[in-house]
Amino acid sequence: MRARKNIGGLDALMLIPAVFIGLFFLFPVGTVVGRGLAGDGLDAVIDLARSQRQRDVLRFTFWQAVVSTVLTVVIALPAAATVAGLSSRARRVVRSIVTVPFVLPTVVVAGAFDELFLATGLDAGAVRLRHTVWAILIAHVFFNYAVVVRVVGTAWVGLDCRQAEAARVLGATRWQAWKEVTLPRLRPAIASASAIVFLFSFTSFGVVLILGGPRRATLETEIYRYAVSRTDLTTAAALAVVQLTTVLGLVAISTWLERRRPATTRVARRTRTLGSRAGRRVNGLVAIALLGGPLAVLVERSFSTGTGYDLSHYEALGTRVRQLPAPATTALWNSLQHAVMATAIALVIGVLASVVVVHGRSSLRRFFDLGLTLPLGTSAVTVGFGILIALDEPPIDFRTRWWIIPVAHALVGVPFVVRTMVPLLRSIDPSIREAAAVLGASPSRVRREIDLAIGARGALVGGGFAFAVSLGEFGATSFLPRRPDDLTAPVALFRLLSTPGDLLRGQAMALAVVLMVLVAVSVFVIESSRGTTEGAL
Amino acid sequence: MLRVDALTIRFGDVVAVDGVSLTLAAGERLAVLGPSGCGKSMLLRAIAGLEAGDGTVSLDGVNLTDKAPDQRPIGLMFQDHALFPHRTVEQNVAFGLRMAGNAPGERDQRVHELLALVGMEGFGDRATATLSGGEAQRAALARALAPGPNVLLLDEPLGSLDRHRRERLIEELPDVLRATGTAAIHVTHDHDEAFAIGDRLAVMHAGKVLQVGPPGEVWAAPASITVARVLGHTNEVTEGAATVVWRSDALRLDPAGPHEAMVERVHFRGVEHDVRLRTPAGQPLRFVLADPPAVGDNVRFSIEPERVIRFG
Repeated sequence: MRARKNIGGLDALMLIPAVFIGLFFLFPVGTVVGRGLAGDGLDAVIDLARSQRQRDVLRFTFWQAVVSTVLTVVIALPAAATVAGLSSRARRVVRSIVTVPFVLPTVVVAGAFDELFLATGLDAGAVRLRHTVWAILIAHVFFNYAVVVRVVGTAWVGLDCRQAEAARVLGATRWQAWKEVTLPRLRPAIASASAIVFLFSFTSFGVVLILGGPRRATLETEIYRYAVSRTDLTTAAALAVVQLTTVLGLVAISTWLERRRPATTRVARRTRTLGSRAGRRVNGLVAIALLGGPLAVLVERSFSTGTGYDLSHYEALGTRVRQLPAPATTALWNSLQHAVMATAIALVIGVLASVVVVHGRSSLRRFFDLGLTLPLGTSAVTVGFGILIALDEPPIDFRTRWWIIPVAHALVGVPFVVRTMVPLLRSIDPSIREAAAVLGASPSRVRREIDLAIGARGALVGGGFAFAVSLGEFGATSFLPRRPDDLTAPVALFRLLSTPGDLLRGQAMALAVVLMVLVAVSVFVIESSRGTTEGAL
Repeated sequence: MLRVDALTIRFGDVVAVDGVSLTLAAGERLAVLGPSGCGKSMLLRAIAGLEAGDGTVSLDGVNLTDKAPDQRPIGLMFQDHALFPHRTVEQNVAFGLRMAGNAPGERDQRVHELLALVGMEGFGDRATATLSGGEAQRAALARALAPGPNVLLLDEPLGSLDRHRRERLIEELPDVLRATGTAAIHVTHDHDEAFAIGDRLAVMHAGKVLQVGPPGEVWAAPASITVARVLGHTNEVTEGAATVVWRSDALRLDPAGPHEAMVERVHFRGVEHDVRLRTPAGQPLRFVLADPPAVGDNVRFSIEPERVIRFG
């Protein structure tokens, strides 16, 4: 039974997220779809279906996403087991460490891998990784390792280990007990982690653009190529429609899997640590090599002058080079400002929307559920492309306004806020609200004293993610018109990286290190403020 | 025969089980009684092979100490059941048979036999989440018995049940064990349950087994004051240099009796009353009486000498 909710005063506030999502997300994406399906757009879709190249692009997009997902699960599943067996304090430290790669700017990671291949001689010769499919796949595993470790590891911790023990006592070997009891119970978590990894790999942009080299293209990079390099907006829109349809299907499947994920028991007992010391060591080494290797090369290169080590690359960040409209330090400063604004916007929109999703009227709830799930699945590229073609005429010619970049970043950040807030708000037992009401708190007071007080931590975590994501956002930003004042750090980094020759390499590495440190700091702030809650993402 | 010899389990500096030796004859039921945290669950886990410790566990002369849980013909029924939530009742019961490699036909028949034995016919297709506490208990019992273990270990199996179901299962459990000829170690903190179920009773405290014997004997003649406390005796009285225990049925109201006390509380318990007294020296006493005095009265009483427990 649901208690009657008094949200009268809230209805007006709900207009804010509704208008925001409608204007900056639904309208632009709707414009893309309209353009992709109307008149010559439909012809373009048909042309695409006929074109061998586009069929190859689509096939490659799917294929690399499937392989990335399988590789990530295979490599990260043992790590999830090891993490589940750790003490809760050790688990928290490990979780924050593996989460850093997850939020690192794609441009930074791509640059790091590119540099790693050059440094280890894997750029040419028999074992060539640079500009191959393998480079893309390895980078995807790098990014998504944390998703599997966190989602599956959390589910694993929640499992009651006595069920596996019961299986052992009933005659199951260690392997049988895992296969028959533990794995089936983990399956929903593995499935939903896989869905997330697949989605991220499917919509991956920066990694494919930089690591894949000129010949490897996925739907995302194809949209970019048509929209920005060739300014063939119709074909780009047609591609975006294909992309959107696929992603929506995937989101529907993953939401369905999410609903089926059973609630884990709160008071799970853990009498012995899972995973042997050997297992811990192997997983530790894999994580260090996979996650630490590229980043170590990145740091080393940023200090290296070829003959020794100094700070010259960092000092060079202050002077403008020909390839950039402003010095890299200006880009960093811009990015920080954007991130602060984007976080503020994402928090306001995300918190209000979460309240509606949890407490709102059912019709509103449905609208917001949909409106919020869409940006989660829609790629940043589509969002950027939509803003580019939809908000281009007065009175809504917003493309060149200074605030459009933070707004685009906030769209990418809102789902993070909602994803941390909604479970937290849902977890509040209605009886404690009733207790507050009985003790004399008015409805608005209850909201402040109970919901906001408890939700604040979720807002902090979600806001932290939004901040980190904004700092590294590349996909949406790369579609927006460039003005010197708006140059962001990831875009500057991309230009430095795509300049041939070694001249700007060191400076690129220095810029990447600065970005990485900023993001890492925000992740550690998030994790330390998360406290004891065992959220998945 | 199951034999446990000098079993010790340590967690860092904590000794959970401290040099426990026990035997269990074929078909016998041994109740292990002890307060929570005394190490009785740990003892069962070690016998099942889920905890490693020093000492040996052997069954019919075969040393099991280094064998994995799946290699021991021993069943364990967990506190709170630990039923597999992703499988039906039938699949839960069939699990051990499947692990043993029984043919499907044989398996189905055995599952039905067991569900009938525990009074759960027709529950086979139910999801475990839909079972009530008592039903889950029965399903867990059927699952533990299905592979036909020589010894069944029961860890507070009736702990989560309401009083009514508890009393019913206390009666039924020995019948089921007798029907399958299974020897059992039944761990509990409830002395009524231990008395009702065990052929023999082992009293455990702080990791040690303090006394083993038929329940009546142990109750009547506890070996130490600690055993007397675990058994629920509360009236510790100094007699000269020794400490003795007055059983709760030792009091006779007697105007000419040698002892005096004030009636503090009387709890109605149906057939009898739980009467709390306090002596002029301030010592609390507790007795069971059919005809209680009124609260606030000063009473004189005598103690029946054969109902006084003396130690050493």
